[in-house]
Amino acid sequence: MSRALRGLFLGAVLVFLLSPIVVVGGVSLNAKKALYFPPKGVSLAWYAELFGEPEWLLPIANSLAVALLSSLGAISIALPLSYALWRYRVFYARALVLLGIAPFMLPPVITALGFLAFWATVGLYGTMAATVVSHAVFFVTLPLVTLSLGFESIDREIVEAAQVLGADNREVFRSIVFPMIRSYLVSGFAFAFVLSLNEYIVAYMVAGFTVETLPIKIFNALRYGYTPVMAAVTIVFVLLAALVFGLIGRFGDLPRLMGALTPESRAS
Amino acid sequence: MIAERPQGALARLTLLYPAAVLLVFFVIPFGIMLAVSFFRREPGGFYLVEFSLANYGNLFTALFGRVLAFSLLISAFCALLCVAAGFPFTYLLTRMPRRRQVVWLVILVSVLSLSAVIVAFAWSIMLSQTAGVSNLFVRLGLLDRPQSWSPGFWALTCGMCYVAFPYTVLVLYPPLARLDPHLPEAARTLGASPLVTFFTVIVGSLRSAIVAALVMVFAFNLGTYLIPQILGKPQHWTLSVLITDEAIYRSNLPLAAAMAVFFMGVSLALVGMAMLGGRRRPGGAA
Repeated sequence: MSRALRGLFLGAVLVFLLSPIVVVGGVSLNAKKALYFPPKGVSLAWYAELFGEPEWLLPIANSLAVALLSSLGAISIALPLSYALWRYRVFYARALVLLGIAPFMLPPVITALGFLAFWATVGLYGTMAATVVSHAVFFVTLPLVTLSLGFESIDREIVEAAQVLGADNREVFRSIVFPMIRSYLVSGFAFAFVLSLNEYIVAYMVAGFTVETLPIKIFNALRYGYTPVMAAVTIVFVLLAALVFGLIGRFGDLPRLMGALTPESRAS
Repeated sequence: MIAERPQGALARLTLLYPAAVLLVFFVIPFGIMLAVSFFRREPGGFYLVEFSLANYGNLFTALFGRVLAFSLLISAFCALLCVAAGFPFTYLLTRMPRRRQVVWLVILVSVLSLSAVIVAFAWSIMLSQTAGVSNLFVRLGLLDRPQSWSPGFWALTCGMCYVAFPYTVLVLYPPLARLDPHLPEAARTLGASPLVTFFTVIVGSLRSAIVAALVMVFAFNLGTYLIPQILGKPQHWTLSVLITDEAIYRSNLPLAAAMAVFFMGVSLALVGMAMLGGRRRPGGAA
């Protein structure tokens, strides 16, 4: 492709990806309760309302609690599983990894309905625990994939050398394995955290009426009309995602992670 | 040093714990859903344990057929648009210097991680009368007065593609990153123009990856749930919306489960096809 054509094409993609965010950013600054772009008057009142009104603070607190606990839960499943996959050559470790990837591959509504049926059966429908555990299982795929990649990057000869020098399993894990997988652990946690924060359908199905997370709150609020507060929430979410993934891009190996996170490479 | 199998209590626990969690919280819920699809509805409750095939019999209504057809159609249409734009884009992306690639990837992953609620809201603003792009067209003299373009089919298409485009790029990224850079170079040396090289050598040698991406993105689009509700009119609702509606608002969990099982069959068949297609390498080389 010629240079000009290439520039034009890349520019068009960038405009497509960024213009909704720019417009919403402008709308979030309107001085009056109206959605104009360019904004009429500039004010940060809508951001103040977002972080000041209990109506919004409660869903924010719910979302943060769910995201934090469920991504820790996802790590707690993914870390031993990916370690076992790397350490032991047993077939059921492979089968378990496939099982860990499955919830993410199906249309989300199906997994969500499965969770709904489960929590309704055990009598925990509508509790925060149901949301947390469902998200932990739903998003286990992400740390599982990043951690498997991390373990694969460990040079087995270094581990053998340490063992020859008398290190036991625990020492090997602490001094060699853990430092090597740390950045993959953080990336996996971050992916699960951000996606849990943004997730709607599973949270809605298992406890939508009692545990209101931020996406559920936004959707419910949309029905009663649009306000610039929603634009402010959008900008906060965008900035948070950009910050987290920007940090991973800066300190981690994003191109390698991208290569691994796609189904095509999982299949082979 | 690599032990063939776990030894000792702690080692066994490293596999036992994830196995137990996934079994209890994923396999069992799935089994329950499958079972519920054969049970009877309990008005005011969830379900009655009573075997019946009625849910599957009640599945194929005119509404279900229309919604299924529309879901398949819009998902395929958006998959086509995304792969058509995403393939050349990903090709250019993989040829960029690493630093610029990372910047693009950060943007793409950030957009992909955004809640569908937020994407739908952003696009409904983007296409609204007071803040939307039609104002820009008025200023450029292309329109007389600003218009509202949401909800509607094209608003839905924009929203769906906005989510699916980053996903498409991530699906296409590994095969394109692995493409031997000498291949296009050789074509250029032999006198092919850049565009001819792109369409014959690059598209040609990655045909199976393109097909796999089409099906993957199609299956991904089938899962769209919130975007049709905000950016589409009721006739644009997808199967995911219908299933949730049945489960939550009509509290007919058994029928919703039967729909989900049917839907899963369709999705699994498609994902399976994509994986088979992705494995086959071009040129018949084993």
